[in-house]
Amino acid sequence: MTTKPLRLKELAKGEDRFAHGHRMCAGCGAPIVVKQVLMATDYPIIAANATGCLEVSSCIQEYTAWKIPWIHSAFENSAATISGVEAMYRSLVKQGKIDDKQVKFIAFGGDGGTYDIGFQSLSGAMERGHDMMYVCYDNGAYMNTGIQRSSATPFGANTTTCPAGDVIPGKPQQRKDLTRIMAAHGIPYIAQASPGNWMDLMKKVQKAFEIRGPKFMNIIAPCNRGWRSRTDDAITLAKLAVETCYWPLYEIENGVTRVTVKPKEKKPLVDFLKPQGRFKHMFAPENEGMLKQAQDYVDAQWDRLLKESAAGEAEKAE
Amino acid sequence: MSKKYWETLPQGSVVLEAGSSAKFKTGGWRSMRPKWIEENCIQCMFCWMYCPDMSVKVTAEGKRAEFDYDYCKGCGICALECPGKKGKKAIVMEEEGK
Ligand SMILES: Cc1ncc(C[n+]2csc(CCOP(=O)(O)OP(=O)(O)O)c2C)c(N)n1
Ligand code: SF4
Ligand code: SF4
Ligand code: SF4
Ligand SMILES: [Mg+2]
Repeated sequence: MTTKPLRLKELAKGEDRFAHGHRMCAGCGAPIVVKQVLMATDYPIIAANATGCLEVSSCIQEYTAWKIPWIHSAFENSAATISGVEAMYRSLVKQGKIDDKQVKFIAFGGDGGTYDIGFQSLSGAMERGHDMMYVCYDNGAYMNTGIQRSSATPFGANTTTCPAGDVIPGKPQQRKDLTRIMAAHGIPYIAQASPGNWMDLMKKVQKAFEIRGPKFMNIIAPCNRGWRSRTDDAITLAKLAVETCYWPLYEIENGVTRVTVKPKEKKPLVDFLKPQGRFKHMFAPENEGMLKQAQDYVDAQWDRLLKESAAGEAEKAE
Repeated sequence: MSKKYWETLPQGSVVLEAGSSAKFKTGGWRSMRPKWIEENCIQCMFCWMYCPDMSVKVTAEGKRAEFDYDYCKGCGICALECPGKKGKKAIVMEEEGK
């Protein structure tokens, strides 16, 4: 299959594979992520979806927003579910019972369903080498059940299970770097993306689908309810996350790291934190140190990534 | 909506109609209404790409058409991201029902 050109005018002529009428909140980032992932390619896709906002709001009783075969799975096992579908498909093709239509397989999961509870099944599916892609839409908390902290929740964020108050000033820990943990699995393709950079996101999806084996994409998905922000700022925040290097856009292809979008000017992290009510307390005078701690962490992660990317470039040049 | 009983539903809770959510109109959620000002539109299609609710219609030639008010939830993402022409937005948000 030829890779589809990523021009907005051409893309707009195509049919969406994720329909309107879904019940995500107004201005939610997750459906934008899903539509961009599905739009990037014309390959037939079968998806599994872990329980979470996306899953419960996209398929309710006889109403489904999906225009692809889609299976609901439990909170903890979307990777296991889709790996089973993929294995069955390969077997049926091998037995000559169905034609190979170059079907691609995706598991969608939220950060809770991916970083935490579904991590074991994700890790297993990656290790077994299934020809599948796992897409985590990371909104930084268990949003569907009322904004509980996850291991993806950023440092300092106010959630219902790490409430900012007299006892603690929001989440005391830094977030887990799942993208790097997935890299440690030695799988052929890993990427981080943002719906604010739609072209970069879609290029990564296209690349991933041309690679056989397990792929992992971590995509930031703003949630105005949990982030305590405005209903119109999902794309603005998705872009700020990249411009502040809070959410760097990069890929790791066969072990070689490459930053795919380098911000022209690295903005201070507060530009990303300030519009979000979940970080409001960090701007109080007594919590000033938290802003520095958050910035230092982002700086250290970004510096390390740049070094890894430079090493990757050098390796390619050799 | 007509009442349905379990005997008439497909077994295993399978939904057989792709994209059947289109039968559920979410436009009633809206408190703010986006208005398209065509003369300021440069046809960049950002509004179409970023709309979480697939509520910007497109013609067969791939050009931007009207909003789909049956589904638009009035989030305002399209208006915020719209570059418009010469600093003039091609989308403005107005209070619904005014
Ligand atoms: C085993 C199990 N525990 C708890 C739940 C309740 N539950 C449903 S969705 C959800 C949160 C999902 O969080 P995340 O994966 O981050 O997705 P989001 O809702 O944020 O999009 C929880 C705790 C469940 N469905 N199954
Ligand atoms: S709670 Fe957040 S993630 Fe869930 S549907 Fe609403 S905006 Fe989207
Ligand atoms: S207001 Fe929101 S839902 Fe309505 S068309 Fe604009 S982006 Fe789409
Ligand atoms: S974002 Fe604005 S200028 Fe671009 S197509 Fe939409 S209405 Fe027109
Ligand atoms: Mg989440």
